[in-house]
Amino acid sequence: MWRDAVLVAGKDLRIEFRSRVALSQVTPFGIMALALFAFALGPDRVIMAKGAPGLFWVAVLFCTVLAIQRSVSVESANGARDGLRLSGIDPAGLYLGKSAAVAVQLVVLEVLLAAGVILLYGARIAVPWLIVASCALGTIGLAATGTLYGALSSGLRVRETLLPFLLLPIVAPVLLAGTRIWQAGMAGGTPSDGTQWLRLLVVFDAVYLAIGVVLFGPIQETA
Amino acid sequence: MAIASPSPSAVSLRDVVALSGRFPLLAGVDLDVAVGETVLIDGPNGAGKTSLLRVCAGLVPLASGRLSVLGMDPGRQRTAVRRRVGLLSHASHLYDDLTVIENVRFAVRAAGGDVARIDPACERWGLVGRLATTQASKLSSGQRRRVALAVLTARWPEVWLLDEPHAGLDASARQLLDAVIAEAAASQVTILIASHELGTAEDTATRAVTVTGGRVTADRVLDRQTPTTSGSVTHVA
Amino acid sequence: MTDDQSSSTGTIPHPQTSVAPNTGVTLAPVQSSRARMTEYIIGILALVGTVATVWLGLWVTPPDKVQGDLVRLVYIHPGVAWVALYLAFGLAAVSSLLYLWPRTRSLFWDRLAAASVEVGVVFNVCTLVSGSIWGKPTWGVWWVWDARLTLTAVLLIMFLGYMALRRVPAEPEVRARRSAFVALFAAVDVPLVHFSVNWWNTLHQGATVLNANLSPQIHGSMAWTLLLGFVALTLVFVWMLLVRFRIGVLEDWLADNELDLALAERQSEGAGLSDKSPTNQGGAA
Repeated sequence: MWRDAVLVAGKDLRIEFRSRVALSQVTPFGIMALALFAFALGPDRVIMAKGAPGLFWVAVLFCTVLAIQRSVSVESANGARDGLRLSGIDPAGLYLGKSAAVAVQLVVLEVLLAAGVILLYGARIAVPWLIVASCALGTIGLAATGTLYGALSSGLRVRETLLPFLLLPIVAPVLLAGTRIWQAGMAGGTPSDGTQWLRLLVVFDAVYLAIGVVLFGPIQETA
Repeated sequence: MAIASPSPSAVSLRDVVALSGRFPLLAGVDLDVAVGETVLIDGPNGAGKTSLLRVCAGLVPLASGRLSVLGMDPGRQRTAVRRRVGLLSHASHLYDDLTVIENVRFAVRAAGGDVARIDPACERWGLVGRLATTQASKLSSGQRRRVALAVLTARWPEVWLLDEPHAGLDASARQLLDAVIAEAAASQVTILIASHELGTAEDTATRAVTVTGGRVTADRVLDRQTPTTSGSVTHVA
Repeated sequence: MTDDQSSSTGTIPHPQTSVAPNTGVTLAPVQSSRARMTEYIIGILALVGTVATVWLGLWVTPPDKVQGDLVRLVYIHPGVAWVALYLAFGLAAVSSLLYLWPRTRSLFWDRLAAASVEVGVVFNVCTLVSGSIWGKPTWGVWWVWDARLTLTAVLLIMFLGYMALRRVPAEPEVRARRSAFVALFAAVDVPLVHFSVNWWNTLHQGATVLNANLSPQIHGSMAWTLLLGFVALTLVFVWMLLVRFRIGVLEDWLADNELDLALAERQSEGAGLSDKSPTNQGGAA
């Protein structure tokens, strides 16, 4: 399982390294979203700094949808998905590998978006470990659910429109938890508020990773 | 080499029905292929040749009937069966953003194949030098087919399911393919070749099965000529 | 098509199909007379119960000391919410699980889940509307981002996503598996959403029926009306579920036979007016 996971993650990241879709399209989209939020909320940096945690996570969520679309479309061309099924690769390994590749791309994106939030909105981080922990756990949850739903919708002709509709309500807890942890970790927040939300994220991640490891095979065969 | 009855069967279908929606791809196929046998599957377009191979690879679920591949049920022991079966299909299964050699390496590793066999296989199929580091998106369909064949050659599974393997290949690649098939047949690999073009692989085939309307309508043993009469077999490297 | 349903049928009547002699066309599934009776009786009970609830709720029961006439919403709103949030969603989740479980796999469970979700959406919207009507005079606004309201809205979006997925054309088995997976993943998410929105914001008055502050004030007739409302709304749900399930069976039958019917119809155009039963000389099978 782990060997296959590393193999698949390496493959997806190599494809990203070659095509730069996430870096040259998804990340600029995220930054642009930050700018649009700023336009919508007016030039008052106090309001923006207050909204920074939520805006950060909304931008991450939208970018997740794009990253998952890309992760699915990589396997759609030339019947690559059938190729993977035929190779007898362990479905659990395939799931973890694809999730890991998405997670790595999201982490890079989050670093840039966090920098953007700090620079553009004047957000001040007081407890860095809370921010880092929320990003790490949130990213795992987003990648785990996204890869699952990506596989489910991979055979659909209407995937582009249906995937966000199905995925975004499911990841609502990630948005809520991520935002609350960020608020707790910002200047003027109460860091102790973050712990129960971190626990929620851990449960979320564990539940969906377990589901993916067990059910990715059957989902893949549904096509 | 392939003696019909006493050897265990590599692929066995009993009254297999497979559907796509409500359309029967296979409408009750009975077929036994012994280990080490090379079977040619012919029949008109849309007869179910491709479907038969996809069913054997476990890609298409059965609506009814029984299927066993290497003594296993592809519906249940998916991973185990697929590791030991190779399907050469119309789709190249390539990642356009990766180079040829990267594609081959990934495909062989994903299938749990022997990494040491990758380079010789690529060399054999002429995937060396600049071509090896070319992006897959820039390949012609014949070159894509060569890459897929290189993966198959490197993996060297126990059952080969070849769907129109000669399509898109130039003359020298066809000869090479025939040689590889002959070599595989000699090493007790079970081979099913779906093709309308009788003749190219007939030298190695021991049996020909005709599929029409999703059923096996004819099954005949081919009298093998002495191998020296055909030029392709002498090519074995 | 429906052979394997008899074993797994609970209260839901299952239609029987038969093949018309000498044609490829399967006759439309017909309800057994017992199933039809069950549907009628539940429908009548639901109607009577609802009418009785409305009558008791609006005319017989007294107004509340604190909430005045507003309290009359208590006979409808919690009942509707119970159906939408627990009954419909729970049934959809359980049926989806039973569909995915290999031993109980049958399109029966898929249709039941689909019917349950669709009827659940109706009740979910009713919950939000009746809640808003109650919320306006109580909280002063139509909508607040209260935990339970938010959870209900998120559930509605999940329901709608499930229905959108089902509308994508696919083979029945593929559609059934896909939708069952989506329903299951959503069901797993519900407790997580529940906890997160609870921590996020709570200003709901809590489960009204079990509320300790309110119960001493509940008049005898009020309690009975409340109970009747729950029963009546549950019956309405069951009745709608039965009808939707039957329509689902007919829809699948239509999808199966549309081409055969069209062929038979076309052929009968030439055959003259005398022929009553459609014939299909092409022998599609």
